[in-house]
Parts: sequence; C-alpha cells; structure tokens
Amino acid sequence: MNKFLKFILLAIPYFFMVLGIGIYNRVNPEVGGWPFFYWYQLLWIFIAAAITMTVYYVEKVEQAKGSGS
Amino acid sequence: MAVSLAQYAIFFGVVIIVLAIGFLAYFWRKPKTMDDIAEWGIGGRRFGTVVMWFLLGGDLYTAYTLIAVPGLASSSGTLGMFAVTYGIMIYPIVYATMPRLWTVSKKRGYITASDFVKDRFSSKFFALLIALTGVLAELPYIALQIVGIKYVLSALLIPVTIALIIAFLLVAGFTFLSGLRGPALTAIAKDAIIWLSVLVVIIYIPIKLGGFTHMFAAAGAISPKTISLPPVLQLGYVTLALGSALALFLYPHAVSGTLGSKDSRTIKRNASLLPLYNVLLLFVAILGIAAVVQAGHLYTPANSSLAFPDLIIAEMPSTFTAFVFAAVVVGSIVPASIMAIASANLLTRNVYLEYINPNASSGTQTWLSRTLVVVVIIAALAFSLVPAASTEIVYLQTMGGAFILQTLPAVYISLYTRKVNKYAAGLGWFAGMTTAIAMLYQLGFGTSLYKNLDFIYVGIFALVVNLIVTGVIMLVFMAMGKVKDEGIIDNNEFT
Repeated sequence: MNKFLKFILLAIPYFFMVLGIGIYNRVNPEVGGWPFFYWYQLLWIFIAAAITMTVYYVEKVEQAKGSGS
Repeated sequence: MAVSLAQYAIFFGVVIIVLAIGFLAYFWRKPKTMDDIAEWGIGGRRFGTVVMWFLLGGDLYTAYTLIAVPGLASSSGTLGMFAVTYGIMIYPIVYATMPRLWTVSKKRGYITASDFVKDRFSSKFFALLIALTGVLAELPYIALQIVGIKYVLSALLIPVTIALIIAFLLVAGFTFLSGLRGPALTAIAKDAIIWLSVLVVIIYIPIKLGGFTHMFAAAGAISPKTISLPPVLQLGYVTLALGSALALFLYPHAVSGTLGSKDSRTIKRNASLLPLYNVLLLFVAILGIAAVVQAGHLYTPANSSLAFPDLIIAEMPSTFTAFVFAAVVVGSIVPASIMAIASANLLTRNVYLEYINPNASSGTQTWLSRTLVVVVIIAALAFSLVPAASTEIVYLQTMGGAFILQTLPAVYISLYTRKVNKYAAGLGWFAGMTTAIAMLYQLGFGTSLYKNLDFIYVGIFALVVNLIVTGVIMLVFMAMGKVKDEGIIDNNEFT
C-alpha cells in the first residue's frame, strides 16, 4: 500500500476523536437511550478497528503477491 | 455489608486459582534454560496472536481501570469517557510503530526500549535517562494496582494490610519463577473472569435502574455533566485522550509485552483485534454513571474510587458481588507482574549491564532481574501501604504519563529517521520534563489539566515544547551542515 495512503487511513480516527469533539459533544440524537456522546464512541471503536484491519489485510495481500510494502 | 461464607469461598477460590496458574506457567512452553534474559524477561519472543491478545489486554486494562474509570465518571461525568476516546486512538499508532520496534529488537536482541535508544543514538547515557524515566513512570503505576484493590478487600471485611502483603508476595513469587510466561498465562483466566463480570453487570444493572433511557435521563437530571461535556473542558478532554494514547506504548510494560510477540505480523493483527477491549472500557465508564443514579448524587473526587464497589454491593446478588470483587483483585495481578518485570529489565539491562558489570552473562542478568522483581513489588507494596505515600501515588501517576510522553521523540520518531541526534532528542527530553514538572508544580500535583491554558493536558503541552526544542536544535545542526545518520542501526533493520 502507498505509504501516504496508509498514513491517511491510520490518521482518520485522530481527526474524528480530537477535532471531532465539537461534533460529538452533544446529547441528541439519542440511540437506544444512549446520549450521542456515548454511542458515537461505541461506533468509533468499531470503525477504527475496521480501518486498522483493512490496512492489515491489504498489506498482507500485497506481501503474498510479493510486491512488498 | 455482612459477608457470608459462600462469598468468601467464591472470592478466595477465584483469586487462588489465578495465582496458582501463575506458578504453573513455569512449566508452560518450558525452554531448555531459564538462564536467558529473553526467555524469562519476554517469554522467548514466542507468543502468537491469541496469547498476545490476552497479554496486552491484561497489561492495559487493569484493576485500576475497573476502579478509576467508573470513579472518574461518577465524579466528573462524561470526562470519564476520555478513557474510551483514548482507547480508540491507541491502536493506529501501535500499528505504525510497534512492528518496527519489534523487528529491530529481534535482530539485535533488545529487551527494552532503552536498549534500542542506546544503539540508535550511540549513547548509553541517553539510554539511561530513558530507562530511568520509564522506571519513574512505572513504580506508581504498580502501586496504584495495589491501592485499587484495597477498596474491595475492605468491603469484604478482609484485613487489608496482611491480605495485600500475602497476595503480592505470591505475585512476586510466580513472577520470579515464571517470568513473562506467568502474566501471559494468568491473563487468559483474568480476562475470562473480568469479561464475564462486566458483561453481566452492564446488562443487569441498567435494567434494574429502569433501562438505559431512564438511567441516562435520571443521571442528566442529577448533573448535565453526565450526558455531555462542559465546553470549557473540551480541550482538556481531547488532549488528555490523545496524550494518554501516545504515551501508552511508551510505558515499559507495554514494550515488554509487545516484544514477547513471535513476529511483527502478530503485532499488526493485534492492533486490529485489541480495540475490542474498548467496548469493556465503555461499559465500565457507563457503570460510573449508573453509580451516580444509584447514589442519587455525583461522587466527590476523593471518594470516587468507591463508586464501582458501592454500585456492585447495592445492586448485585451477594455471591456475584464476591465474584466481581475477585475480578478486581485478579485484574491487578497480571499488570503488576508485567510492570515489575519491565522495571526489573530496565534496571538490569540499562543500569547494571551498562554501568556496573558490562560482562554480565545472560544468566546473571536473569537472576538479577528475578531478584529485582521481588524488590520492585515490595517497594510498590510499601508505597501503597504508607497512608501518606498512598495519596502521593495518585499524583505520581498523573506525572508518570506526562513524563513517559517525553520519551516519544527518542523512541517513536527515531524508528523513522536516523537524522535526529542525541543532542536534539536529549535536550528536547530535558525541556519537556522541565516543562511538565514546572506545570505540575504550579497545579500542586493534584491534577494534570492546566487551568490557565484552557485545561490543556500538561503532558501534551510539554511534548510540544519537547518537539520544538528538538526541531530547533536539528535546524542548528543542519545550518552547520552536520546532519547525518546517527547510531549503528541500519535503515533496513526496521522492516
């Protein structure tokens, strides 16, 4: 994977967690009784894991092809 | 509360089983010889994905987490959620940096981050500074694990002092014997117990409190802080989360755990799987909010450590309470063991081997580390039992994170470039440490959020100072035309 693309992908959660505070520091809309602040974090646990996992599998496939990374 | 025989049976049963596993770990994947520091200290670099998941998880999510995260949420509401935000930001940086550190450590036989710093900067003095920063940050962390379980012991009417001494001498015992295999194997049992406890509690208690909708509404009525963050704390919240995330894998125990991995791919795979633990963290933060609802008021910072035990005693059946409390105790065993190993490794490798006996054999190093583990655990015990000291530890802990963060240029940045030299990184470290200490002193060491600057986290501010000093000195060397590759490690040894 392009090093720059990998960096951007891995940096995404930091934008949404650090700069996103103005977006997620709110109560509504609630989901299942959870204030926005809480379910946003739950959602991002999975999004961030999915991003890392994607980078891992792309690198793995590339290595299997022998193109290295 | 009145404690029944059944409760004691469950509590002691669980704790004793886990301690026994620590001793039995000596026989697990037993190497030909234990007189090898890499065998004892990092389990022979042989752990695969599953063991690493438990080991690092056990390392990072501790008894202190189970007490402190609900505690913070119970006194400061959503501020307690910083732990989750921080958890989310840990792993991308782990994915980027740790495989490189592992690879170079494997090639050159490093056991600690300071081993790497020594070769990378060709400076055993800089390595010593980084090692001592690590030990300084680690000791209060171990002591906090011990303090964390005081509350559950006293709730169960167990004589606290004697119980702590016996428990941690046993931890020292199995760590002495088994090395990193001890916490690795106990981590599996620990996780099963903690996950079971938290999952049952997070389902059971909100139902008893009328469901999540009702629970959060009730909490919001008690204090709006529990459902959104006061805007004045936003900068503090994000800098604390970011700083903690950057700091975590600079801690010696996280490095020791990671270097136990069998290959760099295992680390990458775990960087994708470990975030699942953050769900646990989110649940325990919400339990802090549940404690507010149960109590009918916010806790004060001083008594917030009681929020989680109080909630469990009030809402759970008595036998399950004993099980949850056992989980808290077990949660302290694994990290205390790894932290002691990591500190002992630093003292052996980067102090004794460098400055006292450069010819020490691997066997001698192992025996010294084993002995030091016992010393470190006894020191942490003493720390946590002296009443005056035990309040100081909490302050040391807020300092610890800010201090360890100042090793970031020396460890992380130097994994990517060999241009930064020891003067730049060293003076950056010095400037960062000085800034952190000065700011914490001004705050009376009671908090790490600096109120004169929008409550920014001291560690992040000091890191910025550190990076600026490092950068400026590099510019000076560049102007003199003296920027070159530093140290004895080749660029191709990182991948």
